[in-house]
Amino acid sequence: MTDNELIWRIAGGSGDGIDSTSQNFAKALMWSGLNVFTHRHYPSRIRGGHTYVEVRADDEPVKSRGDGYNFLLALGDSFARNPQEEAYYGKEELKPLYENFDDLREGGVLLYDEGLLDDEDVEEIGLEEAAEENNWHVVPMDLRGIAKEHGREIMRNTAGIGATAAILDISTDEFEKLIKQNMSGDMQEANLNVLEDAYEAASELDIDHDIEVPEGSHDEEQVILSGSNAISYGAIDEGCRFISGYPMTPWTDVFTIMSQHLPEFGGISEQVEDEIAAAALALGASHAGVKAMSGSSGGGFALMSEPLGLAEMTETPIVLVEAMRAGPSTGMPTKPEQADLEHVLYTSQGDSARVVFAPANIRECYTQTRSAFRIAYEYQIPAIVIYDQKIQGELRNLPASHFDEEPNADPGSVLTEEEIQDAAHHSSGKFQRFLHEPEDGSNVSPRSVPGQKDGRFLATGNEHNPSGHISEDPENRIAQMNRRLNKLDDIRADLDENTSHQTYRGPEDADYGILVWGSQQGTVFEAVDRLNENGHSVKALGVSDMAPYPKEEVSEWLESVDEALVVEMNATAQFRGLTQKELGKYGDKMSSLLKYNGNPFEPAEIVDGFESSIDGEELAASNMKYVPAAGD
Amino acid sequence: MSAFSAINDDREIERDEFTPGIEPQATWCPGCGDFGVLKALKQAMPEVGKNPDEVALFTGIGCSGKLNSYFNSYGFHTIHGRSLPVARAAKLANPNLEVIAAGGDGDGYGIGGNHTIHTARENHDMTYIVFNNEIFGLTKGQTSPTSPKGHKSKTQPHGSAKSPIRPLSQQLNAGATYIARTAAVNPNQAKEIIAEAIEHDGFAHIDFLTQCPTWNKDAKHYVPYTDVQQSDEFDFDVSDRAEAAEMMRKTEERLYEGEVLTGRMYIEDERPSYGEEKRQIGEMPEEPLAERYFDEDAEWERTYDNLLEHHK
Repeated sequence: MTDNELIWRIAGGSGDGIDSTSQNFAKALMWSGLNVFTHRHYPSRIRGGHTYVEVRADDEPVKSRGDGYNFLLALGDSFARNPQEEAYYGKEELKPLYENFDDLREGGVLLYDEGLLDDEDVEEIGLEEAAEENNWHVVPMDLRGIAKEHGREIMRNTAGIGATAAILDISTDEFEKLIKQNMSGDMQEANLNVLEDAYEAASELDIDHDIEVPEGSHDEEQVILSGSNAISYGAIDEGCRFISGYPMTPWTDVFTIMSQHLPEFGGISEQVEDEIAAAALALGASHAGVKAMSGSSGGGFALMSEPLGLAEMTETPIVLVEAMRAGPSTGMPTKPEQADLEHVLYTSQGDSARVVFAPANIRECYTQTRSAFRIAYEYQIPAIVIYDQKIQGELRNLPASHFDEEPNADPGSVLTEEEIQDAAHHSSGKFQRFLHEPEDGSNVSPRSVPGQKDGRFLATGNEHNPSGHISEDPENRIAQMNRRLNKLDDIRADLDENTSHQTYRGPEDADYGILVWGSQQGTVFEAVDRLNENGHSVKALGVSDMAPYPKEEVSEWLESVDEALVVEMNATAQFRGLTQKELGKYGDKMSSLLKYNGNPFEPAEIVDGFESSIDGEELAASNMKYVPAAGD
Repeated sequence: MSAFSAINDDREIERDEFTPGIEPQATWCPGCGDFGVLKALKQAMPEVGKNPDEVALFTGIGCSGKLNSYFNSYGFHTIHGRSLPVARAAKLANPNLEVIAAGGDGDGYGIGGNHTIHTARENHDMTYIVFNNEIFGLTKGQTSPTSPKGHKSKTQPHGSAKSPIRPLSQQLNAGATYIARTAAVNPNQAKEIIAEAIEHDGFAHIDFLTQCPTWNKDAKHYVPYTDVQQSDEFDFDVSDRAEAAEMMRKTEERLYEGEVLTGRMYIEDERPSYGEEKRQIGEMPEEPLAERYFDEDAEWERTYDNLLEHHK
């Protein structure tokens, strides 16, 4: 826990504007010179249900959600269906106030809208006792009243911002600027009045607390965006102009962003009947010469299994996104988990030949999506970007210059018409699109595109000979299988030489290691910093290349530590299993810290988990699972 | 200049161009109706003036899926039931391609039924040929979606309790703008219908009766056939939706009574194709997208200049 940081949580019902208010709050703090990071939690419903977003702000870079929060703005769920009686899921209207208020830090501020939440009800949940015990500053304010005085009830979130600013003693300048930027006319005026009134009303309350919002400044221009933005922008900058999809949470985010922007970039977006069609369309577009992508989340991705295999067999380049959510089956649609790794690596019949990258943050979402397109089109192979609801929903600031990159629309290993005339043709007249031994000595046999003169060939999911015709000849079979699979070795060598996707943290000579993949990297890195401050000797490795696996890099790192803890958000230690399978050893060196309750790790949980693992003690927290190394 | 010089290459087309230089031995049984589709398709190509390099043929799985092994064009033998979504994206990517999809009745009316409905609904400018032999042939004679009620097979030992699907009526409801039935036993009509379907600007659906002499019926079961356009018994307006619906119903029912009705069932020329609709709302570029990737002078905009402002 950093002493000098703000973790502001806004909680209400879905539809109360929690998400947009938190985005504005985060952006205003970024403008003020701070670094921000958001953590989003929401239910799978349109209206109502407890939704919250935490905005963590610090003058230092922030790369994870924090431990709990120190300021709660509880708006209450204005859409609660059953506000007065005891409901099946508990008192719905009050949930945004009392649900996990245990996580409010000692000395924290709890501001709630007494315009919506009845004081008698609030009394019943034991707030007073809890506040006394934890030294909380409870601030009831009639935010609804202030909102309604100038405008509509929904503006109580603006009132909440105004009151927050007063209590935390931060200027409302940036908030005013945002309101002016986003709204006009009566709406703008009403919101400005609400902001000002709430600020003044809260100032008069004179709340005496210890939270100090740090002051900071940025060396260069910052942008604030989500992992889904970064994946989409990476795709567009790498020349992707075709997307096909079917809505499914959390994949819908990328699909929406792409659909909104692709037409402006001269591209095409298709919402289709199901995910089988979605993947098949991307294949068809790619076959016809366009850089294309599709994607889904767990259940929808399952439907893409067969087209994915077809892409492997026909060596048609394609990029798929898999946005994980908690499974199995429908699972918990809006909650993050990292349990689709094996699904993505192995789904579809036969031996798989695919590339899988798991970016860990917004920066990596951009660069690794670009890598995925480059590799897919150069090596004629499907490339999958796997991420989860956590990165999808988190906003973070980073320098705008990170995106100041040249576009690359190169369609990869495709011949021009002139080149086709000189290329090998079969006596049937067909172009030899699947040569056993491509002329440049690589394993990639360049393709033609329909419409090119003399380029015709047959693409088929059957095993095929060089011109594409169906063949079950054993020698041909071996040659084609080997060439397709050997591309993975070439890709590994290419990545090792050109693009490192793995990230390191902590002292090189540390005794212990923490191994992590995907979205938990930032949290693990923060935990590693704290552990070293606490006197431990720990380093971390964040792995993004799930396939082809960076065997040498991970082996070398595992050799350098005595023991390693593998941190992941699933119940069966999938990444640890993959590492063991790929490296053929280290089962006695790796233990696992797992979490699968729908909430991502907090840094303190990893610190605790690590400390109990090396002390050989039971985990204190019941929301995680520890699995010892083999032989322990 | 186009990167695809085969497209709109204005020259005489010979039907032999669509026969591979070395013809693989066909995997179809002697007397199979699939030969009739292949022949009619090859014959239609000179009429529509398309050359092998501008035609992209997408097939599904089954005996029908072997079509593009014997048809010399760009070919994509996809997976069971999925030829249509692959094909229609190729058309969106490069609208200048002549896109044809083909598959069996299991492929298009069973496993891929959802795609058949939606592709028709969207009215993509392409041709879809369904080899309808009323049986699963390649898997050795199981009951298919078009097998008649009571059809006995190894998987339906007591006879099918299901009524067959109504492919023509279904396509009319789904939104296809050219719907016809033809038969392998009627090669001249088949050629004409395929040529019309290719020239039609929208989704053209051909239910092509292909006898399966090994598992189901041989050619003589589809003779005599009646061309509804040439019969005095059926005086209907092919552009009138209600009359077409009635004609289709008769056609579907009589097939199971032993009477083979063929011909154009519905033609709607007014409705814009999907590509036109999409261009109209600004969701598809005027120039074929595929061309841009081969144009050295093409400008590729980047997100840094166009989208980042919003995040500052």
